[in-house]
Amino acid sequence: MVTNVMVVGVGGQGSLLASKLLGHVVMTKGYDVKVSEVHGMSQRGGSVVTYVRFGEKVYSPVIDKGEADYIISFETLEAARYLEFLKPGGRVIVNAQEIDPMPVITGAATYPEGLLDKMKETGAQVDAMDALDIACEAGSPKATNIVLMGRFSKYFDGITEEEWMKSLEACVPAKFLELNKKAFQLGRDN
Amino acid sequence: MSRKAGYAMKELMLGNKAFARGLYEAGVSVASSYPGTPSTEVTEEVAKFDEVYTEWAPNEKVAMEVAFGASLAGKRSFCGMKHVGMNVAADPLFTVAYTGVNAGMVICVADDAGMHSSQNEQDSRHYAVSAKIPMLEPSDSSEALNFAKQAYEISEKFDTPVIMKMCTRVAHSQSLVETSERVLPEVKTYEKDIAKYVMMPGNAIKRHPIVEKRMDDLRAFAETTDLNRIDEGSDNAMGFITSSTSYQYVKEVFGDKYPVLKLGLVHPIPANKIKAFSEKVDKLVVVEELDPVFEEQIKAMGIEVSGKDILPILGEFSQSLLTEKFGLEKKDTCSALEGLPIRPPVMCAGCPHRGMFYTLKKNKCTVLGDIGCYTLGAVAPLSTIEMTLCMGASVSSIHGFNKALGSESEGKTVAVIGDSTFMHSGMTGLANIAYNQSNSTVVILDNSITGMTGHQQNPTTGFNIKGDPAGKIDLEALCKAMGFNRVRVVDPYDLAEADKVVKEELAANEPSVIISRRPCALLKYVKHKPSLHVDRDNCKSCRACMQIGCPAISFKEGKAWVDNTLCVGCGVCQQLCHFDALLTPENEPKTVLLPPDKAVIL
Repeated sequence: MVTNVMVVGVGGQGSLLASKLLGHVVMTKGYDVKVSEVHGMSQRGGSVVTYVRFGEKVYSPVIDKGEADYIISFETLEAARYLEFLKPGGRVIVNAQEIDPMPVITGAATYPEGLLDKMKETGAQVDAMDALDIACEAGSPKATNIVLMGRFSKYFDGITEEEWMKSLEACVPAKFLELNKKAFQLGRDN
Repeated sequence: MSRKAGYAMKELMLGNKAFARGLYEAGVSVASSYPGTPSTEVTEEVAKFDEVYTEWAPNEKVAMEVAFGASLAGKRSFCGMKHVGMNVAADPLFTVAYTGVNAGMVICVADDAGMHSSQNEQDSRHYAVSAKIPMLEPSDSSEALNFAKQAYEISEKFDTPVIMKMCTRVAHSQSLVETSERVLPEVKTYEKDIAKYVMMPGNAIKRHPIVEKRMDDLRAFAETTDLNRIDEGSDNAMGFITSSTSYQYVKEVFGDKYPVLKLGLVHPIPANKIKAFSEKVDKLVVVEELDPVFEEQIKAMGIEVSGKDILPILGEFSQSLLTEKFGLEKKDTCSALEGLPIRPPVMCAGCPHRGMFYTLKKNKCTVLGDIGCYTLGAVAPLSTIEMTLCMGASVSSIHGFNKALGSESEGKTVAVIGDSTFMHSGMTGLANIAYNQSNSTVVILDNSITGMTGHQQNPTTGFNIKGDPAGKIDLEALCKAMGFNRVRVVDPYDLAEADKVVKEELAANEPSVIISRRPCALLKYVKHKPSLHVDRDNCKSCRACMQIGCPAISFKEGKAWVDNTLCVGCGVCQQLCHFDALLTPENEPKTVLLPPDKAVIL
């Protein structure tokens, strides 16, 4: 049995750190784990996706359509974009922030309205939050990724808060640790 | 949640980092590479070990020759590159096969099926075949670490360089590894051996049979090495031959049902083992991304085999692709939402390239481009770059373009190339312009770093791979020494000055170089101005600020709006606004533009 988690967003939002954190914490729980990242050109403000898979034995490093148990999205449109990857009835944890992609900025397209409702209509369990505001409350908008990971952590009874915090210590540079711990806590409690 | 014993001692490690760990454990002394996605982190990670001398070379050919020199001297060496980098290094590659090595030499080449960050998806296995060099191909991080160590043993045992082929999904996936200590190899000394190392015809003609004999020895080795293994199955109706990440997809879809011959040594492949395997299964299928390299060799052995009749030659594989192609039941999915706008990559807010592209577009230039972040100058709304081929091609092709069209193109055509790409292979093209005198204008987009691959130093930055001070090549002096009389430096944030300089250099009746200099906005040492904000009363909704495609500016409720989490206050948009609607926060000075000769570091 493999659990599949996709972390999606806009290049530069910190999806690599979020997936690293998840990969680390499940590794400490004794699972086989694979985390697949994309580097290079698509990181420049494009749509980015990372895959985290864990279980007794993991072969493929990627998650395909219909396989994701969870999608953690740092941006609303990006959650909608990858919805097809979700298992029927799977859960989406989404930052309600909207970032205009270039075709919207140039006026060639419009940002779709009512995406959260449309996602719910497909049967997905949608958990939306203003993670950016909470990150600012924690001290920096850059901690949006960790706020969402805090929220996501609520869905895993088997991993204690202390274990998540230990993995944060292992994954985050010391000078940003307190900020990220606060962001995680606020995301988890919110 | 359950806990499986044994895993707790392992580390989760990126494929490229695991490869670097393997290099370290194998006792490598010298590493020289040029960055290129998805290969870059191997070298970045090995640079973290003080025991390994590591450097960024100006290009892959230089890197491979540095590695050869170190091997010749008796130290284990490494060079790394992406698939297209191997094209640049192909010259030494084909002949280092003839000389062989002294201490072990391993070459990393990282393919990018699916073109996540590349201009083509060539299959590097062809190089192993045509250069007659053994090639290993790991399928996860653990193998990347262990194969790196085995590669040095093969290199020294068979007196040959060894290529280790990575791919995006192995290079950029983290999986569990077990590390061990660094073990220094047996000490080798340099010994003069003209017949082995001087490849002039009389010597090379004697080395070629040695290369062929070595391939025979390696073919025998391929039959017995544990790099190639069979995973037994419960049903012999079908059997797979595969390698790398394709192996993972086969196991993901079929589990232990069918037997799998997994190749870790992918050149040369084991003929007898393959024949024996084919005899025990009813249907033999090769699962390989990109070209039918195994399939064609197996067919040439007279063995009936399927491959590209089932699976595509294009792009990456995945478990769902195999599911579909083998006619298995598809998984149910959530319904897709249709009609969503795409989100292509864009130049960052504050990117210094933006001002220059705006200027070139305004002057209606034909822009021949090159490889780097600035290739995004081809994307709307700037849509300025009209050609991108390979590293350095902008500078060489503008010469051909202008020679072909003469005065028809000379006054309105420019080549744009980044500082790192210029050092990689723009210099030789510039030498050709200086020598054969085309009236060409070359813009060096000097953002003082190798941007696209994630901020690697290069010969113009003044720092080495460890961030320590290093030699710094003076671009102005270099261009002048080549014979360019007109070398101008301009700050691309200053649109009026950039426009003036571009106009003057296009009008000049001799070749010229414009150095558009401003460090990458993402560099840690670059101090940003506070975000601008919009005065909604002043904004006349003219959209002049939207022409530059800045991701920080969009339109909200009919007026311009600045995203203060993205804006770095570069001030380029302010210069386009005729109505003072884009404001710097009070008590902050307007963006100060630096005089050209000072426009180096903020």
